[in-house]
Amino acid sequence: MPITYTSGEQVEVYRFSIPVAIGVPLAAIFLQAFLPLRLRFFSIFDLPLLVTIFFSVARRNPAAGLITGALIGLAQDSLTHLPIGVYGIAKTVVGYGASSLGVKLDVENLGARFLLVLFFYVVHQIAYFMVARGLVGLTLAWSWPHELGAAFANALLALPLFLLLDRLKHRT
Amino acid sequence: MENLLSRYRNVSILVAILFAQVLGLAIQVRRTSENESNRLIRVWATSAITPFERIIVWAQGSTGSLWRNYIYLRGVRQENRDLKYEIENLRVEQVRLRDDAEQARRLQSLLGFKEHFISKTVAAQVIGSSGSDYSRSVFIDKGSNEGIRKDMAVITADGVVGKILRADSGTSQVLLLDDQSSGVGAILEGSRLQGVLRGTPVGEVVLEKVLSDEQVQPGERVMTSGGDQIFPKGLPAGVVTSVTRGPEAFLNIRVRPAANLGRLEEVLVITEQHEKAPEEGISLTRAADILSQRLPSVPDKPVAPATPGASPRPADGSAGNSNAAASASPAKQAAAAPKAATTSPKPAAPAKPGEQHSTTLPGTTPSPKPKLNSAPAASPPAEPGGTPPQ
Repeated sequence: MPITYTSGEQVEVYRFSIPVAIGVPLAAIFLQAFLPLRLRFFSIFDLPLLVTIFFSVARRNPAAGLITGALIGLAQDSLTHLPIGVYGIAKTVVGYGASSLGVKLDVENLGARFLLVLFFYVVHQIAYFMVARGLVGLTLAWSWPHELGAAFANALLALPLFLLLDRLKHRT
Repeated sequence: MENLLSRYRNVSILVAILFAQVLGLAIQVRRTSENESNRLIRVWATSAITPFERIIVWAQGSTGSLWRNYIYLRGVRQENRDLKYEIENLRVEQVRLRDDAEQARRLQSLLGFKEHFISKTVAAQVIGSSGSDYSRSVFIDKGSNEGIRKDMAVITADGVVGKILRADSGTSQVLLLDDQSSGVGAILEGSRLQGVLRGTPVGEVVLEKVLSDEQVQPGERVMTSGGDQIFPKGLPAGVVTSVTRGPEAFLNIRVRPAANLGRLEEVLVITEQHEKAPEEGISLTRAADILSQRLPSVPDKPVAPATPGASPRPADGSAGNSNAAASASPAKQAAAAPKAATTSPKPAAPAKPGEQHSTTLPGTTPSPKPKLNSAPAASPPAEPGGTPPQ
């Protein structure tokens, strides 16, 4: 897979307009809350996570990435009945990790993006489970086949989604 | 120190943000009730998302209605004929059920039962979900402005859906039956075993607290028991799908929810319930009087008439007492029975057909203090054409 190690000067850093930076995460959260009612299988996807990964990688700034992840995660938390912060912590970790990786690796091609999402979906789930079980005391069932299947599905969805979102970014 | 912070700036921010969130989580977990700032964040998020959901649901409903009501009318005539036939069948069924219901009401009154009625419901549209498999909840388009409060029961025509978790002004969050934090008092319809319906982490519903030495068969219906003080008794909750021996001394009973929780569109929120006490007229009727009207008795010896042609006087000298019907001929007894039935108080009126959101609950619960001075439930008053209840 063509994940190439690049120097800091070689990677391109992108920025987003304010409407896009606010509207896209909100749209992702909205679709995540709305679509599973009509299409039940959609609950396997995590659109806010995909958006977090995309913004973090494109900005290539760990501080911006983790703040983006935290805000998206907290907004997602507030739609659930669980304590606020479970998704927030998990997406903060993912935002930080994805942007840190984006600084070092060229993740513009499809194969790299697929592997990136596959990896960070599992990281997100592990972080979520650790927080939910360790801090909140929820009883959650971990199933590797289910998690890997969901990671694969999210990675597949990420490919067209990232191509769509590529149109919204501006080169700095 | 400053150098160190600037060198590890990103890591410092990460640690600070994670620490803040962990701290916030710890505070929330420690507090049993939701605090105001926490609630505010949820209200903001809900307010940002639900208007779009409302618009889409409205547009979807309008388009669907336009299509179904004005454009796609194929097969409507046939459907109309089928429905008319079904209505005729249901009318016949209704007559039988009404008799049964009236008989049951009379019995309940005699036994001092208090009937639970769903007196008011609010119909609501499901507009969104939590978007997470770990939080099985949905949002509806009605809130505290419509009288919805926390912990109100949410149902569909098929059965139990869940309960209100949070009511904002225009929207409410409903915790579904299959969430792991939900719990509904339930009873098995056939065996009358009681338990608690709970969701599991994987979204299944199980009936807990049923001892392993009990016999439970797959296919048995599960109803609400009313013990949770949220759901009225007798609502369908689900059907047993499998029974296995569980941990400790309890059975592991899996239940398929009666309502399709994955495809919820419209729900009813029970905003008012009331108890109805037994009717006074029946409680004042003595069982002895009822029996005297029914049982055959030895006719009193007629006193020899002083003058020929005069009618015989009863032994106690009174005319038209309660034993008069009993002492009469069998034909007269039969005629007296309908009269006795007419003197019994009217059963509670069924819900009017056009009455909006007013439902009579099928289940009843015994009153905590049954009236001791009421009739000792020997038998209800005779009913024309009806069989005496056992």
